[in-house]
Amino acid sequence: MNPQFSLKKIIDDEGNLLDSSYKSEITDQLTKRFYYHMYRIRLFDRKSISLQRQGRIGTYPPFEGQEAAQVGSALALDENDWMLPTYRDHGATLTFGFDMTKTLLYWKGRVEGCVPPEGKRIFPPAVPIATQIPHAAGVAWAEKLKGTKNAVIVYFGDGATSEGDFHEGLNFASVLKAPVVFFNQNNGYAISVPISKQMNSKTIAQKAVAYGIPGIRIDGNDCFAVYFNVKNALYSARAGNGPTLIEAVTWRKGAHTTADDPTRYRSDEQGNSIVDPLIRLERFMKKYGFWEQDWFTEIDEKIKQEIESSVEAMESYPDPNVNDLFDHVFAVLPDQLMEQKKSVLEQLRRESYGTSNG
Amino acid sequence: MALQMDNLFEQVERETTENLTILGAINHGLKTLLEMDERILVLGEDVGKNGGVFRATDGLQKRFGEERVVDTPLAESGIIGTSVGLAVNGFKPIAEIQFLGFIYPAYDQIMTHVSRMRQRTMGKLTVPIVIRAPYGAGVRSPEIHSDSSEALFTHMPGIKVVCPSTPYDAKGLLIAAAEDPDPVLILEPMKIYRAKRAEVPVGYYKVDLGKGRIVRKGDDITLIAWGAMIPVVEKAAEEAKKQGISCEIIDLRTLYPIDRDMIAESVQKTGRAVIVHEAYATGGLGNDIVSIINDTSFLYLRAPIERVTGFDVPVPLFALEEHFLPTPRRVLDGILKVVHF
Repeated sequence: MNPQFSLKKIIDDEGNLLDSSYKSEITDQLTKRFYYHMYRIRLFDRKSISLQRQGRIGTYPPFEGQEAAQVGSALALDENDWMLPTYRDHGATLTFGFDMTKTLLYWKGRVEGCVPPEGKRIFPPAVPIATQIPHAAGVAWAEKLKGTKNAVIVYFGDGATSEGDFHEGLNFASVLKAPVVFFNQNNGYAISVPISKQMNSKTIAQKAVAYGIPGIRIDGNDCFAVYFNVKNALYSARAGNGPTLIEAVTWRKGAHTTADDPTRYRSDEQGNSIVDPLIRLERFMKKYGFWEQDWFTEIDEKIKQEIESSVEAMESYPDPNVNDLFDHVFAVLPDQLMEQKKSVLEQLRRESYGTSNG
Repeated sequence: MALQMDNLFEQVERETTENLTILGAINHGLKTLLEMDERILVLGEDVGKNGGVFRATDGLQKRFGEERVVDTPLAESGIIGTSVGLAVNGFKPIAEIQFLGFIYPAYDQIMTHVSRMRQRTMGKLTVPIVIRAPYGAGVRSPEIHSDSSEALFTHMPGIKVVCPSTPYDAKGLLIAAAEDPDPVLILEPMKIYRAKRAEVPVGYYKVDLGKGRIVRKGDDITLIAWGAMIPVVEKAAEEAKKQGISCEIIDLRTLYPIDRDMIAESVQKTGRAVIVHEAYATGGLGNDIVSIINDTSFLYLRAPIERVTGFDVPVPLFALEEHFLPTPRRVLDGILKVVHF
């Protein structure tokens, strides 16, 4: 492997600080912030799986194992930056300020879960693979035209790098010197297909060479490596140096979605050697004196309460409004659609009177 | 005083016309938009320095600069995909796809994002872009350059589709499309890009989306067509006139949403209809128009509706295209079949 693309780490599996140049930047506050968010989205993720198993939400794609990648990258953003997630990046969107109830609503099949909160520049999750990558190039291009210092981060998995839109997005952004960070979470598998069958290149990061942009390969389970490298890439983007491709090597611990059975394509033991990103951070905190049991008890309680009240809010959310089927397709409803809408409303009215005899 | 001068200037511009082809009118329309609204960007392959392969964007980059009239990499999905990002972030891109036959790599972007962003975000994020694409056969183009795939887009909820057949409409629909809050695909009839000149106002004006145009009034039969089929239908109507048949011709202009009122009113008057398009028959827009007539005017019909369309074969290499395209002869046969039913 080209040493240029060797895996960058700041802490090791045992929680030892490998690069002391970061010592002053890794503060108590920052470390606790990482742990808080990683723990928060971990509990959220597990709760969501259990909600799906009970039939309280629909199919759900878990991200357990990828918490350091999602939290480290999201916390590196500034308030006015843009985030373009996929359907497995609600750990990142939750960390960047997306509403927890709305996130649950999305997985309950509610369109309300796509609507970004006021003042938050978050795209709805991209479901077709890699299509959000050219969007990010366009959003960043617009920031450049406006002359701002805002930057863009776009999330995608290892499978997405096989798509044409990955190439088109990176190519456009590099030609335009658009301020965007292409943040890849290489979690080893695209549903059932391992990375070895996805591509012939040794790394995803090296693909950056073809676009004449920096490519960085980092340990995606090391929240510090993720945070500081994304921060640098954003800084470079804001300074007008164009995009960066970051490959965060991580591991999807669970299934592709709750409808998937990973034992069909990988053994249970596979991935056992990978140290959980939360355990790794906890080891680091304990080693360097950042861990406080009282603090943990406090956040544990706070997060569990937040999740419980979000689930409650999700379940007591007003029923879906059939008008929403039609009302947002166009700014002004064309006559044809107006007629279809009226017929549905009429049908519902008849049903609610219990006189559906026509 | 300055305001009065501006008003006067605008009035003079509206009243001043220039003799233009469809291409010239599109060029003027783009110029008008770039002047009026700094959020407007023109982007696509070869649209800048070269002024477009048909010269639709001729002179625009020189006048408005490389930041606003942009030669993009050769990638249709990238052009539309970046336009989505630009639009969500406040710009109004007018993207050119060099030929409609090359739009397919962008189909995913149009189907899954351009047309759905408003609905997915309940109106919070929108993609008010314009996509321009020359379409159609009959100019001896190389393979794949001659497609007429409007039905792929009229089938798609969330995007409007227009197709002008005159210089006046080409400019007016372009400006209306750019000002529309929703995405609009403009199919430009390549075959008649330079066929005829007409007087076109120099300044700003709009042709409303969703409204057809009566090309000529008639009593015996309604002919419904759009784009490059309009001159074909006009020729057929001339021939029919010699046989004492008075044809009313509707230029649909907007293919989604369709002007149903105009179709219904005309067919209820004539009791007969022939629909003409160069796209394939199966799944073609003609079938939707048959449905509209069925829904609105069934009891007024004196004869079954006839469709004259391209055949259900891939648009051929140009040596055979004259046999593929509807001709005035085929349209006349359709008219006679309906009238003599």
